[in-house]
Amino acid sequence: MPPGDHIAKPSLEVRNVTKFFGDLAALKEVTLGIRCGESALLYGPNGAGKTTLMRMLASLARPSSGEVLFGGENIEHDGTRAKSAVGFVSHATFLYGELTVRENLQFIGRLFGLSHLEKRIDAALEMFDMRAREGVFARDLSRGLQQRASLARAFLHDPNFVILDEPFTGLDHQSVKKLSDLLQRLPEQGKALLFSTHDFEQGAAIASRLIALKAGRVRYSGTLDSAPFKSLGIVRANGRTHDE
Amino acid sequence: MNSLKIIWSILLKDLRVEWRNRETLASMCVFGLLIVFLFNFAFESAREETLRLLPAVLWVAIAFAGVLGFNRSFSSERENDCLEGMTLAPVDPSMIFVGKMLANLLFLGIAEVVMAFFAALWFNFSFLPALGQLLLIAFFGTLGYAALGTIFGAIAANTRMREVMLTVLQFPIAFWILIFSIDATSNAMRGNPEGNWLAGVGRVGGISVVFTVASFLLFEYVLEE
Repeated sequence: MPPGDHIAKPSLEVRNVTKFFGDLAALKEVTLGIRCGESALLYGPNGAGKTTLMRMLASLARPSSGEVLFGGENIEHDGTRAKSAVGFVSHATFLYGELTVRENLQFIGRLFGLSHLEKRIDAALEMFDMRAREGVFARDLSRGLQQRASLARAFLHDPNFVILDEPFTGLDHQSVKKLSDLLQRLPEQGKALLFSTHDFEQGAAIASRLIALKAGRVRYSGTLDSAPFKSLGIVRANGRTHDE
Repeated sequence: MNSLKIIWSILLKDLRVEWRNRETLASMCVFGLLIVFLFNFAFESAREETLRLLPAVLWVAIAFAGVLGFNRSFSSERENDCLEGMTLAPVDPSMIFVGKMLANLLFLGIAEVVMAFFAALWFNFSFLPALGQLLLIAFFGTLGYAALGTIFGAIAANTRMREVMLTVLQFPIAFWILIFSIDATSNAMRGNPEGNWLAGVGRVGGISVVFTVASFLLFEYVLEE
């Protein structure tokens, strides 16, 4: 990395983070970060700590110890900048069932204080093929359509850091393809992408970096090309592993 | 200015959700009216009896109807983790509190007007001679009660026995607001000398402002895990 690059490209990182839920440590001394222009796949078995880590980066969870930093500053001191820069999709859709898709986006857009809100909403709806359903109540949408509305919600404020927890859940084949194409283009636009999926090949087709978590610890963080798949327990679709 | 816009957005959202499902206001009014009616049925509506009982009957009805409303207010936020979704925005948590509290205050206020109207009919009692004093007492009492209902509603929303939990958490603290409100309402209805009811309003107002400010300051911690 060239000197001073970390200043030019803002980063979102966790440093020595541990997170306890009661006696259970969901994350143990985790240190890693993502930078604008980077695309990282967060991979690991159930209970590895992926969701906890992403929630922490999205300012939804506090670490039991350690720090979450945005642009080098602890977000506990001022989380506003980080929140403005992060778009997050979770297992929950964050949608009000009694509001239409457009009304949901209008509401969150107003909380973000966005200018030209209606134009932004049009663009976000277009991005996820939701224009035809903008007047439908969120409760009447199928799971897949709710997921698309939730993605539109996350992209509404044009975030520099896109954090997606299982974004392909419930999507049909065409929507998966469209979302994959969109995510692949994010680093070119100078945005950072961190996402998780249980379909490794699907994730590997989008990301250039792999972060492997297991039992709350980082097992690997580096380029996908040089990842030790065998020792990470990852079997590629073609059956080959880097270790071999 | 930006804070006002955020508060207005949250209030407008709650009003819109309520307009669409009409669950909160309907359940609050029906439940409150049922309590007032049962007490009216159980006791004679002689003037002295009414003066003695009606303030307590009204505030008990307000208290229970309020709990129903506060629970409903956070059930729509619980669905799809919407409250958490709100905290993803760069918004001061206290603005979320104010927006939710104003919605609760408005709904409870409307339910109070309905309850007071029917109480006046059923108990054959006119609130008009002391209307100004009663409105002041109702405003402060409801403000403090809605503030507590909002913060405890948010706490209870994350617990398993949320409906029970809200009552268990809120009533021991709201007790003081209710006691002072009943006392002040009773004095106002009896037309006691000015000093008496003013002191009563002062007590209700004082404790309500303390609870509202404390809830405002503490709401941030409630939203954290």
